[in-house]
Amino acid sequence: MKLAIVVQRYGAAINGGAELHARYVAERLARHADVEVLTTCANDYVTWRNELEPGAERVNGIPVRRFPVTHERDPLAFGLQSARVFGETHSIGEELEWLDAEGPASPALIEHVAKHARSFDYMIFFSYRYYHAYYGVRAAGAKAILVPTAERDETVGLSIFQPLFRGVRALMYNSPEERAMIQRVSGNQDVPGVVVGVGSDVPAQTQPVRFRQKYDVRGPFAVYVGRIDQNKGCTELFDFFQQYLRETQGRLSLVLIGNSLLPIPAHPRIRHLGFLDDADKFDAIAAADLLIMPSYFESLSMVALEAWALGRPVLANGRCDVLKGQCIRSNAGLYYEHPLEFIEALLAIEQNRWLTAALGRSGRQFFREHYDWAVIERKYLDMFTRLSTDATPRAMEPLPGRMDRRRPDLPPARDVLQTLPAGWTRS
Amino acid sequence: MPDFNVRGDAVNVEQIMEQIRARIREKRGVDYTEDQIRELAAVKLEKFLDPRSIRSDLLEQFRKSQPPPPVMPLYPFEDTTLFDSHRGIIRFFRRLFRPLLKLFFNSNALAQSLHQQTIINQQVLDRLEALRQRGDLYYELLHNLVLELTRATIEVKNISMRVESIASRLEFNERRARALESVVVYKATEAGRDARPAAPAPTAAAPPRGGFTPREGSRQTPPQPPAPRTPPPAPLPSTPPSAVVSTMPVAGGSETSPGEAPMTGEGPGQRSRRRRRRRGRRGGASAVSIMNAGAAPGGEPSASSDASANETREGEPAKNAALSGHAAEPAPPDEPREAEPLRLPSPAEPSASEPPVRSGDHDVDDL
Repeated sequence: MKLAIVVQRYGAAINGGAELHARYVAERLARHADVEVLTTCANDYVTWRNELEPGAERVNGIPVRRFPVTHERDPLAFGLQSARVFGETHSIGEELEWLDAEGPASPALIEHVAKHARSFDYMIFFSYRYYHAYYGVRAAGAKAILVPTAERDETVGLSIFQPLFRGVRALMYNSPEERAMIQRVSGNQDVPGVVVGVGSDVPAQTQPVRFRQKYDVRGPFAVYVGRIDQNKGCTELFDFFQQYLRETQGRLSLVLIGNSLLPIPAHPRIRHLGFLDDADKFDAIAAADLLIMPSYFESLSMVALEAWALGRPVLANGRCDVLKGQCIRSNAGLYYEHPLEFIEALLAIEQNRWLTAALGRSGRQFFREHYDWAVIERKYLDMFTRLSTDATPRAMEPLPGRMDRRRPDLPPARDVLQTLPAGWTRS
Repeated sequence: MPDFNVRGDAVNVEQIMEQIRARIREKRGVDYTEDQIRELAAVKLEKFLDPRSIRSDLLEQFRKSQPPPPVMPLYPFEDTTLFDSHRGIIRFFRRLFRPLLKLFFNSNALAQSLHQQTIINQQVLDRLEALRQRGDLYYELLHNLVLELTRATIEVKNISMRVESIASRLEFNERRARALESVVVYKATEAGRDARPAAPAPTAAAPPRGGFTPREGSRQTPPQPPAPRTPPPAPLPSTPPSAVVSTMPVAGGSETSPGEAPMTGEGPGQRSRRRRRRRGRRGGASAVSIMNAGAAPGGEPSASSDASANETREGEPAKNAALSGHAAEPAPPDEPREAEPLRLPSPAEPSASEPPVRSGDHDVDDL
């Protein structure tokens, strides 16, 4: 079996959620099939600047073929177009312009996909929202499998993506909430789909003491791992945690791991360690009392899964349906929707050792049952088998004509988003 | 921090979160979540109550929706218009050569049709003006409709609220009636079962049914023959101890002898409730007037004024008078002062604070 993984960026040093997801899946599926990765030369997801060499190379033993991006993203123009399509009545043409402005626009990649689609059994596209997925899925035709990694944001309300969800051969969802949202927005219930997610290479043995010694971390602490950004809910996290420090006698400190785009509050019990390698990251999680996940928008929190794999409880933002659903389904994490809940949940985990242990046990079991690599690989392979026996042809709806593209009759994406079901899904 | 109630290997996150929320409520009272606060802040008052939602520029909006036609100057066209000119010489030559011109084409037809067009233009303008006026009328109509609809909506709201209120009151009254009925049936049964075997043979001295047999020396005035609504002569053996105790206190601290008048059958709470109901039903007399009715003629209030005037056995007419609103009027001097409130109770007589208990018959009649 020959598979292609098509993703916007790819590299051993690229740690974005969908990109890391793609790399993990590629490396795991390489044990069962010939896998080739098709991607761009971009390294930075904001500018899509061509920083890597075009052509073929190998990353962790996986062949990777890179294609140049024709233009970098203009943040101002992209912002204006986003405001237009998200907040105002607009046309399909404007949505396509928005997609082109978002990037990474790489016609060479699309051309390669169109030319070589026949030589692959399946082409797995990651992240529906980018240029490569929209045009690549159309170019790949019946070979296209989509891993949408969709979050509950305005993009999912854009009308150009609805035919995409209906026209692919299969969908590999990250969570039941994501599946419910996409099915509602596009009506693609008849498209084969399965909730898969992604596993993680969690080390069997961690060294929490080594981490404490190396970074001079003492006492109990909560850890946050990821980009320290307002979009990830870190501003709210800082507010809530400072309130916890002011109003309670709690002993927890907050340790932040990841690159920061925000000023870190100056407090002796809030520490920023910067970007750490995987070993230190896993040791930090193992040493922590809990992991805090303050993000509003997640299609699947890999770091939460890693915490559960290491037997650590998670305190998640309850306004993110996916995180809340994961916490409830796993019985391995608490969630908060306002500062009082944040403080009480933190105190509950801090002061009830049995609760921490029980949540950790549940998390470990949840990870083993649903996100162990054997389970993930089996789900992908089962889907390939199912598609090979299912001969139902699936035709992609054609792009609208020139006149239809100009008709400004599409509702704002934000309004469409409001109509989508909210809340976590039990299964 | 108190421990959680969830124990064991399997935890239920939803249950723990419920406990956390309960603890928050316990600590800080009922707090709205941020979502709820946002929702509350975003809620607009209902349209019909929001004056901003009534557009005052409706007429302008209405007119904007129908762009006014461009006003063209009316151009009167007569048969001479074709040959007019402000220059005299040109006018002369045109008039001179007009017959010659008419040899080549019929200018009259042209002038006539253009004249017709002028008339048509005028008619169109008139019609447009009429339409505009009709637009104003439509606006008025629309405005009035909105107004009336608003009023009607508010009225419907008010009426529905009133209906709801009446329904709840009705339900309350029904419940109250049912409760009272059950009490009455119970009392009547008890009285009938216990009092009848103990009742003496009907003699001339025997009181009428439901009458009261006074104990010797307990009265200063003879009993009035028609003394309805009095308790049965024998105490009810089935009276609960608490009821007996509560109905037994006697003014002056004296105890009731075993053979004294029956004072059983109901608790003080029931009596006082019944008394309140009766006052409410008879309605006219206020509590003050009732109190006045029980006062001594000299204006000195008696210790037993209220109860003896209203509730004593021989005082029924006075009580009725008082309750019917005539209590404040002094009784005629020649009439027997049956309801004299200043009468001091005998040691065996029920105290002012605890009026005698009446039988179930009384209750039935009263109700």
